[in-house]
Amino acid sequence: MARDPTVCVIGEDVGHYGGSYKVTKGLAEKFGDLRVLDTPICENSFTGMGIGAAMTGLRTVVEGMNMGFLLLAYNQISNNAGMLHYTSGGQFKIPIVIRGPGGVGKQLGAEHSQRLESYFQSVPGLQMVACSTPYNAKGLMKAAIRSDNPVILYEHVLLYNLKERIPDEEYVLCLEEAELVRPGKDVTILTYSRMRHFVLQAAKTLVERGYDPEIIDIRSLKPFDLFTIGNSIKKTHKVLIVEECMRTGGIGASLRAAIVDNFWDFLDGRPECLSSQDVPTPYAATLEDATVVQPAQIVVKVEQMCQGLV
Amino acid sequence: MGLLPLLLRGAPKRFLRASGSYRSLYESNSRRRRHGTDAAAADQAVNSRADHRPDDQMLDFPGAKAAFTSRMEFISPNAAEAVPCFRILDDLGRALDGSDIPEVDSSLAVKMYHTMVRLQTFDSIFYEAQRQGRISFYLTNIGEEALNVASAAALTKDDVVFPQYREHGVLMWRGFTLDEFANQCFSNEAGHGKGRQMPIHYGSEKLNYFTISSPIATQLPHAVGAAYGLKMDRKNACAVTYFGDGGSSEGDFHAACNFAAVLEAPVLFVCRNNGYAISTPACEQYKGKHSIQLLAFVLTTSQYFFLFLNFDAPGDGIVVRGRGYGMTSIRVDGNDALAVFKAVSAARKLAVEQSKPVLIEAMTYRVGHHSTSDDSTKYRSGEEIAHWRSVRDPVLRFRRWLESNAWWSVEDEKELRGAARKEVISAMNQAEKKNKPPLSELFTDVYDTLPRNLLEQEATLRDTVSKNPPSLAPH
Repeated sequence: MARDPTVCVIGEDVGHYGGSYKVTKGLAEKFGDLRVLDTPICENSFTGMGIGAAMTGLRTVVEGMNMGFLLLAYNQISNNAGMLHYTSGGQFKIPIVIRGPGGVGKQLGAEHSQRLESYFQSVPGLQMVACSTPYNAKGLMKAAIRSDNPVILYEHVLLYNLKERIPDEEYVLCLEEAELVRPGKDVTILTYSRMRHFVLQAAKTLVERGYDPEIIDIRSLKPFDLFTIGNSIKKTHKVLIVEECMRTGGIGASLRAAIVDNFWDFLDGRPECLSSQDVPTPYAATLEDATVVQPAQIVVKVEQMCQGLV
Repeated sequence: MGLLPLLLRGAPKRFLRASGSYRSLYESNSRRRRHGTDAAAADQAVNSRADHRPDDQMLDFPGAKAAFTSRMEFISPNAAEAVPCFRILDDLGRALDGSDIPEVDSSLAVKMYHTMVRLQTFDSIFYEAQRQGRISFYLTNIGEEALNVASAAALTKDDVVFPQYREHGVLMWRGFTLDEFANQCFSNEAGHGKGRQMPIHYGSEKLNYFTISSPIATQLPHAVGAAYGLKMDRKNACAVTYFGDGGSSEGDFHAACNFAAVLEAPVLFVCRNNGYAISTPACEQYKGKHSIQLLAFVLTTSQYFFLFLNFDAPGDGIVVRGRGYGMTSIRVDGNDALAVFKAVSAARKLAVEQSKPVLIEAMTYRVGHHSTSDDSTKYRSGEEIAHWRSVRDPVLRFRRWLESNAWWSVEDEKELRGAARKEVISAMNQAEKKNKPPLSELFTDVYDTLPRNLLEQEATLRDTVSKNPPSLAPH
């Protein structure tokens, strides 16, 4: 926002309240009430407003207080953000960033525990990225703001408290690039967002037991970085996707199809996928834990794959 | 219609009794004078009052500031009278007594008339073209030409327009050529939209007319966003958005109005209340039994009495909602070009100078069918349509005013109609002959550059096409 005066933030409680997860804390004091704009409650309309402002020269960052609420903005996101550059013949671009906390939290209830990457992945014209660490959050946010395409940046409710040493100076990551988190040779594990941390936790156990997993945080959910993913599969010949989306119609489902299409000849077995159950996320802690993938399951699955049991 | 023998209706009751609140203020001031500013003494004085009047206290909740009242009285859903409609010319194009004609000189007036006629001509020819199967779809502006052109003439080229879809006249005024219109309708390779949108979904970045998107009212929040940007840049321009009576029912209308008022965004909301949303008439679109009262003298065999007859009419339209959002609003005769011009000019000035939104409800009539996919004789009478097409034609009405100023003649009319027809047919024939967009334009503009998956898809498609001549596009 300091570098480019056209960047502005629109959302509920983003101003002096600093945002419901404090992502925009301090910005209103620094840049004023107009550039960090508090809106009345209507997601479809302030997303539409962000689109209109983006078409007329601003670079808007629209915050959904929870990504689940952006379902109310689906009309604007699909019919306008995704389409208008195309239907106008390239005349009007929409350099908007739509972001917010999503994913399964700690007992937030079904409506506040949604994985919108699953619903938006089909919409042509949108680009999607998911951050998972302070380092890639900063770099991807900058890249998303600078991009001329409409980008949805998925943050996770449970990752805001992560602490990490990151460079003070400016750096911009590539929106379409995956991140090699841990090189290995036994199996390729593809993951993103909060599941990255579960995979790393599982990796500790796996390494102790003598396995050597290669862990890739795909980061770019649309389009997939098939270059990085492909190179890994050509090395390990086995792939496991660990995601938080539901089994049906999630990122894992699309990624499996893309892997089968492109790297069939390099696979020893089918691409495996660990996903959440196809249920609305329940409230009770035990049930909620059973809905999402847990590190223990990842360990079991990798062992089975490496021993040729699946 | 109900027959209600009633007492004569009194003056409309007001929610706050003004005399009551003035009295209470005076009394509390005098109380302070008597007992000084000492709080305890004042409290004692208040508590000692035998009759504790709730009317003396002010409502101080965060949600509203008003006086209390001890009379429970519901606010009626309707005002006693409908909001009056501003007009300058009567139905025959004569300036009404006492009206203040805006500054429209002969060249501006003639230019406006030219545009209206061209629009009318284009509409009728292209409607027929769809009927003949030459284009797949068309949607006319018939009956709303004056509203289109006069509102556009009151704006500057820097004002950004977010249309619904029945505002081709605005684009025509700004300089979109007949060729450009025709190219889009025929979705050929010369069209600005590169053949991606259905007919009449025009857009021109150069002319600040944002590409039409079919879903209703989605453009209203866009306009607020654009106005927000203009306000930040302190530009001498406003955003203008158009929608119909049906569009006012969408959630986006409500939120856009609310946002614009709260954020104080310079945007004009122009509602084309043309009476129909496809087949839904206005009285089914919004509520509010507006009673029209007639005094009737009835003589029966044995006695005579007065009757008040209440007629159900559609509620008082969209203009009354402006106050609900804290927005300045006006109702104008949308078929009176001069009134529209004057109202939009004034609204624009207010919006730009004071950075405030304005709601303009332009009353008009949709003479044509909703589109070529509609046959409106199924839900309204042919006589009604014919009446509005002929006697209430806004273009004719404006022409009469031009003629009364000796700015237009029968010969001019004949010449213009002939020339317009020739130009439109020529544009149509040219556009029809041009090639459709090439395959290379199927995948571009989805993103700023072509991502890998789209490059792959294009390669696969070209491969398929080359193996299966020639019905698919050859280039």
